[in-house]
Amino acid sequence: MKKGRQTYITDKKIYIANTASIAGVDEGKGRLRDFFDYVIDESEFGCKSHEKAEIKLRKHAIESLLKEAEINAADIDAIIGGDLLNQLVPSGFSAREFDVPFCGLYSACATFGQALATGAILLQGGAERVICCTSSHFATAERQYRFPLELGTQPPPTAQWTVTGAGCALLTTAKPKYKCPKIAAFTLGKVIDMGLDDPNNMGAAMAPAAYDTISAHLRERGVGADYYDLIVTGDLGKLGRELLCTMLERECGAVKDRVNDCGCMIFKDRQKCGLGGSGAGCSSLVFCSYLYKTMKEGGLNKILLVPTGAMLSKDSSLQGESIPAIAHAVAIEA
Amino acid sequence: MDIFLTYLKVFAVGGLVCAIGQILINKTKMTSARVLVTFLLAGALLEAVGLFKYIEEFGKAGITIPITGFGKSLAAGAIDGAKDGLFKACTGGLAAVAAGLTAAITFGFVIALISKSKPKST
Amino acid sequence: MDKKEYAELVKQTSPKTKEGRTILLAFVAGGLICVIGQAVSDALSALLPAFDKKDIGALTGVVMIFLGSLLTGLGVYDKIGYYAGAGSVIPITGFANSIVSPAIEYNKEGIVFGLMAKMFSIAGPVIVSGVSASALIGVVYFIIGLFK
Repeated sequence: MKKGRQTYITDKKIYIANTASIAGVDEGKGRLRDFFDYVIDESEFGCKSHEKAEIKLRKHAIESLLKEAEINAADIDAIIGGDLLNQLVPSGFSAREFDVPFCGLYSACATFGQALATGAILLQGGAERVICCTSSHFATAERQYRFPLELGTQPPPTAQWTVTGAGCALLTTAKPKYKCPKIAAFTLGKVIDMGLDDPNNMGAAMAPAAYDTISAHLRERGVGADYYDLIVTGDLGKLGRELLCTMLERECGAVKDRVNDCGCMIFKDRQKCGLGGSGAGCSSLVFCSYLYKTMKEGGLNKILLVPTGAMLSKDSSLQGESIPAIAHAVAIEA
Repeated sequence: MDIFLTYLKVFAVGGLVCAIGQILINKTKMTSARVLVTFLLAGALLEAVGLFKYIEEFGKAGITIPITGFGKSLAAGAIDGAKDGLFKACTGGLAAVAAGLTAAITFGFVIALISKSKPKST
Repeated sequence: MDKKEYAELVKQTSPKTKEGRTILLAFVAGGLICVIGQAVSDALSALLPAFDKKDIGALTGVVMIFLGSLLTGLGVYDKIGYYAGAGSVIPITGFANSIVSPAIEYNKEGIVFGLMAKMFSIAGPVIVSGVSASALIGVVYFIIGLFK
């Protein structure tokens, strides 16, 4: 049911029945190490290139999700998801391993939000089980967006570290035997560009998009920020989170203790990750491990997951374009 | 003592060149390719107007090891060649840095053939 | 909040580059690399008395380029660069690093279209601007020479 300009309230009960998470080496040394289903032991994951490794990460994540849920690929109506690379190579190439309809999506690092929303739409339309999966890999993102790995460059103080990993979630309308979180509503974000043009400061470029989506969601759903136990953005990093809080606090009072960011949660402070993690895999990895497990155990009841994405390319920056950003909000409730 | 003083000067001049580069990076968010081009052209210009040799006398490797030295060789080769006519004026620069370029290309080729990117970690 | 107001907020909130620290590290690292270069040059002139000053200079460059390439291949140069910043970019070893690092990165796309084609994706501008500038300087000197 559409409510307001951007928000949809789900009519059917859309359960997140299972999740699977597979994390990179550094993520496995981070704060959430105990929550990941699997941590790889080297960045190439036994493959000949990092791109192949990202394909394998996704394949593993989806396979372990199927195993965990005790279902076959034939029971899945669609695999939807995306990643950061040109032509969505990891998504498309990993989907060829499964005999399941595939739908590739792109909202940069906000793709997981788009995938959950699209999944909910498919289920509303009659599908029974849908897998949402997003991934990123430090080395593949570095090559596409920045520099060769061996080039000796100094990261600027606002840089972030692309998360290596994949997270996938099984959405279903079939009521599972156990209690599990449901998608209650979602808000599709608008592309917001505040004119920032520093590709090394993505957090600041994305914070206004997160603010725009969150405030639209709260307004259209008719709830306050305190309705949610946690409003968790995708990869704003420390700076973006601070900017978001500043903007939100002008509107709805103190929110700092209930706003967090997946990029701030994933690494330990002593890891050299700049202002925090980023990437399409950041929000999916954190949601599919720590957040989902905590919700299932009752530690959190209502969260608003807001993956954030910067829609730039290397060429768009070189052509002098500023950075348009997007954020999609998904309300997940126990 | 003399040699110590020489090395101290080399260190100071080389350090100074790089510190100027760092200030440029901090202020303008230049990437490494831009920094290299800027300092290369600065070296070539200093040689063209005849100032490079004074810095080199004082700082030795401190100014020739930075990419400014590469620019200086390019300019010096061209200036030398100009004495022998227009043709040498155009080719002299590249001829003067033939050793360095050949080394960079062949070492680069061989080393890239036999090595792989090492895993990077936080 | 409009664009101008937001840009101001970002400027105030963003962490600043540690100017003093980065400049000092660049100074020390750059200075040290130059000292190594001077030592190589002195050693070469002692070993090869038959070479003139120009050849020793060129040979020193070759040795330093070799060192830069080797450290890149071993995966060490980017770690130096993390701390040294411009101190490891500007010396000729940094030029070698900018040639070898894309060559290694794109090795996976094959030797011709990967390694060889992408080798100059960062160092290309250096060579183009350097060679063009030298030709320009040569022509200017040639024309000046005509009037002498």
